[in-house]
Amino acid sequence: MGRFLLSRLVTAFVSMFGVACLVFLLIHLVPGDPVDVMLGESARPADRQALRVSLGLDQPIETQLLNYFSGLAQFDLGQSLHSKRAVSELLAERIPATLELAFAALFVALIIAVPLGILAAVERGKAWDWGAMGFSMLGVSIPNFWLGPMLILCFSLWLGLTPVSGRDGFTSLILPAVTLGSGFAAILARMVRSSLLEVLGEDFVRTARAKGVAEVEVIWRHAMRNAWLPVATLLGLQLGALLGGAVVTEVVFDWPGIGSLMIESIQKRDYPVVQGCVLFISLMYVLVNTLTDLLYGLIDPRIRLDNSK
Amino acid sequence: MIRFWFPLGILGLWAVAAISGGWIVESANQIDLQRILQSPGEQGLMGYDDLGRPILQRIWVGAQVSLLVSVGVVTLSLLIGTAVGLFAGYQGGWLDLILVRIMDVFLAFPGILLAIALAGVMGPGVDNLIIALSAVGWVGFARLTRGQVLSLKQRDHVTAAIALGTPRHLILLRHLLPLLSAPLIVEATFGMAGMVIAEAGLSFLGLGIQPPDASWGSLIRDGASYMLMAPHMVLAPGVAIMLVVLSLNILGDRLRDRLDHRSNG
Repeated sequence: MGRFLLSRLVTAFVSMFGVACLVFLLIHLVPGDPVDVMLGESARPADRQALRVSLGLDQPIETQLLNYFSGLAQFDLGQSLHSKRAVSELLAERIPATLELAFAALFVALIIAVPLGILAAVERGKAWDWGAMGFSMLGVSIPNFWLGPMLILCFSLWLGLTPVSGRDGFTSLILPAVTLGSGFAAILARMVRSSLLEVLGEDFVRTARAKGVAEVEVIWRHAMRNAWLPVATLLGLQLGALLGGAVVTEVVFDWPGIGSLMIESIQKRDYPVVQGCVLFISLMYVLVNTLTDLLYGLIDPRIRLDNSK
Repeated sequence: MIRFWFPLGILGLWAVAAISGGWIVESANQIDLQRILQSPGEQGLMGYDDLGRPILQRIWVGAQVSLLVSVGVVTLSLLIGTAVGLFAGYQGGWLDLILVRIMDVFLAFPGILLAIALAGVMGPGVDNLIIALSAVGWVGFARLTRGQVLSLKQRDHVTAAIALGTPRHLILLRHLLPLLSAPLIVEATFGMAGMVIAEAGLSFLGLGIQPPDASWGSLIRDGASYMLMAPHMVLAPGVAIMLVVLSLNILGDRLRDRLDHRSNG
């Protein structure tokens, strides 16, 4: 277990370090001089010089990198060019909204995908299976920047049931969560189905059936318990896609999370804030993945044995 | 049979629209103030937008961008990813270690977040769009190729080739690459589907194709402001994206069943 823990932590650390380096390099990908892009070419030389100094762009790149990392160690992500506030402060304001949306979407995905996947597996090859897999195929093919507006059109504009946008109470959370969660539900339902089908072919399921255990019990207590593991692993991995997709969904619904902060900052060319957003979301993703891995290693000894080989 | 001909039909239509799109750009960008937000009818099959431009022609032209970007990105990703994966998997040792760490770093960016950041920083345009999406896309192919090579290089025919003194590049190209083609084709098909959505997504966010040129994503974004008055502005481009992505996904599934026998669990 010690070795497994160590190797996972080293991998996570290297990934985080690499992510931080790439995010640092982001500002150097700005075509031409970033200061020109941010201030426009007609800016006064004194202002340009001030911005250059405040971004540290007047120093050699290795000094910049060093300063960047020593800042990171103190949770200092720099300052917004627009509002002059600390990037970490801006992020902190937006984090609750993004987390709320992500967890709500996860919840929506689970309550759609688990019953659907089980039904499809149990009724394999029949109408329910076809229906569920058709839904799943459709779910991964509909982009959330289209599903979102369509849901707004139906439920907000025509039926008047939910607010069009913004974050104001429970009703405003429903449509964004469904938009973000449905694509996820589609992938998850497939996984539940295939995972359960595999388990249903095992000997212990036949034994349970043979000794007369009710079918509901066989599915829920014997089979599903073993089918959870691959599903849960996918859950951890897909959480990242969820965080990425949240950017688009937040923009559609004007949801005040990190994703919309990032897009606003791109439009204002406020690059320190863009860097902060990318860094934060990615680090959160690495953290979630590592935690998922460690937890499963803890629960299922087969995984950590496989990994430490 | 419908599971095969339906996607091929849609994709064929997509390709034809993309190729012929260049000839109708002018009429697609033709502003007609008499027809602002006009609903679909005899005069315009899919109605008109907020500047009186015909939606049908704009979707037609948008097909070009979506095909160009998705084919460009997948080709570039496939080339880079396969090369990296082949070398990492076959060579092993410290080269493999370093390449795997680099892949881990790219995999640590969730979804299209990195592409959004890159496209946002580099500025709009088709070329930047392709670069930004390829920077995200290559990793999947690299990881797939490396994994396959690790198991394939143990096969007898490879051992035999090594024993016969076959040069390394020939082993990679003649003895390993052909065996990789099936899973790579499947992955590329799903990759295309992902990239059609990604291109439209970036254009939706205003980071891709710029006005007045049309992209399916920017059509949805423009339409979102006029949803109550002109729902057709959002409806039509969304259906176009969905049909193309759905077709690619169905085709990918079919190809996987046909070509890739290992994953038929």
